[in-house]
Amino acid sequence: MTKVKDQILIDRLAEAAREGRISRRSFMNYSLAAGMTASAATGLWATSAKAQPKSGGHFRLGAHDGNTSDTHDPGTYVSFSMIQLAHTFRSYLTLIEPDGSLGPDVASEWSATPDAKEWTFKLNPNATFHSGRKVTANDVVASLNHHRGEDTTSAAAALVSDIEEIVDNGDNSITVKMAGGNADLPWLMTDYHLAICPANEDGSIDWRSGDGCGPYRLVNAEMGVNYELERHDGWHLDGAYFDKVTITVLNDPNARQTALVTGDVDAVTQIELKTKSLLQRDPNIAIDEVPSAATVTHPMFCDQAPFDDVNVRNALKLSMDRQEIIDKIFFGTASLGNDFHHSPAMPYWPDDIPQREYDPEKAKSLLKKAGAEGLEVTLHTADSVVSGAVDMAVLYSEQAKQSGITINVKREPNDGYYSDVWLKKPWCMVQWGARPTPDVMYSLAYKEDAAWNESHWENDRFNELLVKAKAELDDAKRAEMYREMALLARNDGGTVIPIFTNFVYARRKNVQHGENLAPSWQMDGARACSRWWFA
Amino acid sequence: MGDILSLVAKRLGLGLLILFIISIIIFFMVELLPGDIAQAVLGQGATEENVAALRKEMGLDKPAIVRYLEWLGGAVQFNFGNSIVTGESVTATIGPRFMNTLFLATYAAVIAVPFAIVLGIIVALLRNSIFDRVANVATLSAISSPEFFLGYILILYFAVNMGAFPAISSLSEDMGTWELLNRTFLPALTLVLVVTAHMMRMTRAAIINLLASPYIEMARLKGVPPWRVIVKHALPNAWAPIINVVALNLAYLITGVVLVEVVFVYPGIGQALVDAVSKRDFPVVQACCLIFAATFILLNLAADVGAILTNPRLRHPK
Amino acid sequence: MSIFVIGYYALLLGASCLAAYFNKRSLFMLLFTLTLVSFIIGIVGGVSALWFVTGAAALILLAGMTAYGFREFLVQILPGEASKEFKTAPLTAAFGMFVIFTYLVMGIFAPLIAPHGEAEVIASAFAPADDTMLLGADQLGRDIFSRIVYGTRNSVGLALAATVLAFLLGAIAGLLAATKGGWFDQLMGRIADVIMSIPSLIFALLMLSIFGPSIPVIIGAVAVIYAPRVFRLTRAVAGNVVVMDYIEAAKLRGEGTWYLIRKEILPNSTAPLVAEFGLEFCFVFLLVAGLSFLGLGIQPPTADWGSMVRENATLISFGDITPLIPAAAIALLTVAVNFVVDWMLHRSSGLKE
Repeated sequence: MTKVKDQILIDRLAEAAREGRISRRSFMNYSLAAGMTASAATGLWATSAKAQPKSGGHFRLGAHDGNTSDTHDPGTYVSFSMIQLAHTFRSYLTLIEPDGSLGPDVASEWSATPDAKEWTFKLNPNATFHSGRKVTANDVVASLNHHRGEDTTSAAAALVSDIEEIVDNGDNSITVKMAGGNADLPWLMTDYHLAICPANEDGSIDWRSGDGCGPYRLVNAEMGVNYELERHDGWHLDGAYFDKVTITVLNDPNARQTALVTGDVDAVTQIELKTKSLLQRDPNIAIDEVPSAATVTHPMFCDQAPFDDVNVRNALKLSMDRQEIIDKIFFGTASLGNDFHHSPAMPYWPDDIPQREYDPEKAKSLLKKAGAEGLEVTLHTADSVVSGAVDMAVLYSEQAKQSGITINVKREPNDGYYSDVWLKKPWCMVQWGARPTPDVMYSLAYKEDAAWNESHWENDRFNELLVKAKAELDDAKRAEMYREMALLARNDGGTVIPIFTNFVYARRKNVQHGENLAPSWQMDGARACSRWWFA
Repeated sequence: MGDILSLVAKRLGLGLLILFIISIIIFFMVELLPGDIAQAVLGQGATEENVAALRKEMGLDKPAIVRYLEWLGGAVQFNFGNSIVTGESVTATIGPRFMNTLFLATYAAVIAVPFAIVLGIIVALLRNSIFDRVANVATLSAISSPEFFLGYILILYFAVNMGAFPAISSLSEDMGTWELLNRTFLPALTLVLVVTAHMMRMTRAAIINLLASPYIEMARLKGVPPWRVIVKHALPNAWAPIINVVALNLAYLITGVVLVEVVFVYPGIGQALVDAVSKRDFPVVQACCLIFAATFILLNLAADVGAILTNPRLRHPK
Repeated sequence: MSIFVIGYYALLLGASCLAAYFNKRSLFMLLFTLTLVSFIIGIVGGVSALWFVTGAAALILLAGMTAYGFREFLVQILPGEASKEFKTAPLTAAFGMFVIFTYLVMGIFAPLIAPHGEAEVIASAFAPADDTMLLGADQLGRDIFSRIVYGTRNSVGLALAATVLAFLLGAIAGLLAATKGGWFDQLMGRIADVIMSIPSLIFALLMLSIFGPSIPVIIGAVAVIYAPRVFRLTRAVAGNVVVMDYIEAAKLRGEGTWYLIRKEILPNSTAPLVAEFGLEFCFVFLLVAGLSFLGLGIQPPTADWGSMVRENATLISFGDITPLIPAAAIALLTVAVNFVVDWMLHRSSGLKE
């Protein structure tokens, strides 16, 4: 009797593994419990899950955020649909694996000098462009230089500003020399701007032709409308199961949702959160939810009254009921933030820092200490910050009434929000995409002399640790430093970080994916087209 | 006929003047928009240096008036310049999209105009009957719901529940005529619902307005049946206001369909215009607005000419 | 066959026979057509479709009764002349007036009527209706009914203000242009042409992006967009009046421009203007709703119907009726306004039937 039962259980497990509903670890646990030997279970896992990817089919992806004015210039990539497309037809030096670790792409291996000032990347000899030409060190150097120099128009200029020189070593490898040590450089190379493009004679890159070295070849592109691609047979990595891929820009959330329900597309990015539970009832549709490092910060100018008093800052942090915000604004699809800009989806995350709770009483007493009872402040926001941003501000202002704080919500126009409001108004809401490592994030927006120090926060110890941790190649020591920095940001900093958003996207059930989904971008790190397959 | 030709010539000249004024207004409105194009293109992640570099590359470092004159110099030779953001020629960027918009507008107009006029005549004939009231309430409800919402409801019934028509209207080049009509049916239907009420009500009002005139009274006393009174006697004199409203609605079908394009993912010109505004892409905004304005002016002119042709009395204004 | 279905047809047939017997021709036609149509509906849609027809009929009956009562009420309380006017009003017009009256009361006394505050979060997201929340809660857990009540004030107020301003601008310019003629007439005409040639949504989009989406800017932008239409109509209507002999006579008497406009031209051109007001009011409403769809509407947490439709619009794809409620509020008001306008037009056209 038990045998039959176990057999049913094992069958179910195998099916779950095939459909990608179960992780390898749980699969092994359950299988052992069902009376299988470890080696038999491993074998079953391999035949059920690993062997599953199947080639073939035409994958149609509906992506949000596309513009008629989009271009293939990797330096000015900004809309989300272009990021999806870039990861489909171009390659990068390194990539983020589904499990969140760093993996090889055009660079097959890399190493650093002990001070982390010089990094050498060895290129994959099999990497080719769609035109058939091999990817050479010259192409890589040109591609990186596209973002450097005085007259670059690239948005990634700040990211690579530390690089002093990029050398073609002549043996199919390059060396990047930097002004200061940076243990994170290989992580930085995953940035969506730093795509590898074919070099021109004069050292510039040819981005207009749409040639790339990614898994799919661009056949037809109508910017902001749709993109048709075919498999690039000589791709240097595993995957690219679909024969053809079409990415259609569907900006309207209702259009994405209905297109998926009616089967006009096979998968969509960014479903509307308030209808998630309703969409889930559809038996043909599977929703994927991945915690990310993307967030919405509320930076206040720490050098300007009333935010120059740390008690006021902490009172505002305490006046927010984060769980209610997650429930009502994000419909459960977010994880709690703790007022430091370092999410569990990033490496070195300190997991032992207590969660900040909603505590109006304590906020009141802090305000009393600061002599700021009856505080009245204005929070600037815009619809474009995040879906539900204005609602979130309104909800926060309702919650803060419990602490006797009046928050006036000011909705700013979407146009020009980041040039006229962000870094200009003393308190506003800011959307931050996922950054690969804490160092990138802190250097960008929390370092005292950073152009984007959005909270005008200057803490000596924090800045000292930041420089030290950056060049530290020992992971344990680094993690300890990031823990201390997180505590400083949480208890002294001027940024309220209520949540980290989850990526929520959906596919039809006949589309399958591996056990993990990369946390770097939506759609499996924007690589769904090359990592997923039809059942 | 000569007076009509001179009217057309005069109005076309005036139209050019209006286009010129509009181009100035649009140019300075785009200039006044907060934020700047380089910032908009580079997004949140821009440093001051690369914004400056991009501005230079786009030619934004020149004073506004110089850029306007340069554009105008090209425009009078029918060269509308290149998009600032993508560097492609404006004609190539919006040409195909304008064709798509024209197609959708024609599709909707071919259904809506005859439908509205016939319905208008019928309700004028059956005025104050239950049919009149129902048609009135139904068409009014259709125009009183926001059009994006109408679109959502149509999608729910025809695409999701019945599966009769596709929910999104993305086009590809290898589509046959039938497939094209099938794909674009829902947006066309939405537009039909939006414009029918206005045209129908005007037809009805214009006809009813005339029914009190002595000559209609006369016809009725002669014993002419009601439908003949309306079609033969009232309608010819009612054409002028009807044509006017039809022209206004045709213009709307071309210039006002941004929301429908967004809802049905239709690659028309409205979406391109909204994108261009958000990117401050002045040459594209300018070209779209001028196309819209020219459409409006031409349709108005056509309406006036039509009104004169159907009512010779208008040829000799007092 | 359920008892309901049998009763349904029996009632319809009985009623049509009675109507035929008492020689009520139109009533008979209506009832019998309904019977025939019900056969088809019943076969295609089943019992639930018949229930729907019954519900709709009951609703129409209820609306009719309300309208009848309201008309009688008005006739009773209003003094002589006005009461006579109202006696001749059709039921639809009375219904329209009743709806407008209700909205007026709702708008003016919103804080007294609404059980909860406009932005007050009282429940969990999308909580179902209960004793304290007539229509349930919205995505933030705010009472939908209260927000609709407040929305009356904001949406109707905004649309009304914008339409009135558009009419003031357009009508004054039109009347002046018609009276003065010459270069002023030409100039105004060309300005109107220019504004009308720019698509309204784009014009509003540009204006709101430049000046920021505050309520005065919305009102101003919408007024500027719609004023030219009013101008054209006024100019046309007044143009016909200006050439009349009595105007000549007044001019010869040496009356000033303002006198002519106020005492002679305006009273003779109100009817088409009022009719236009009704339609423009709808269009303004829709333009504002469209602007909210593009994210440029009224500032939250202020409730307005257009934004309420937009916020929940995607729910409709799952058959959830939440977004239909504010949309219905918009539709009901525009239909009501146009009923009244139709009646006024009918009176002014001098058609007696």
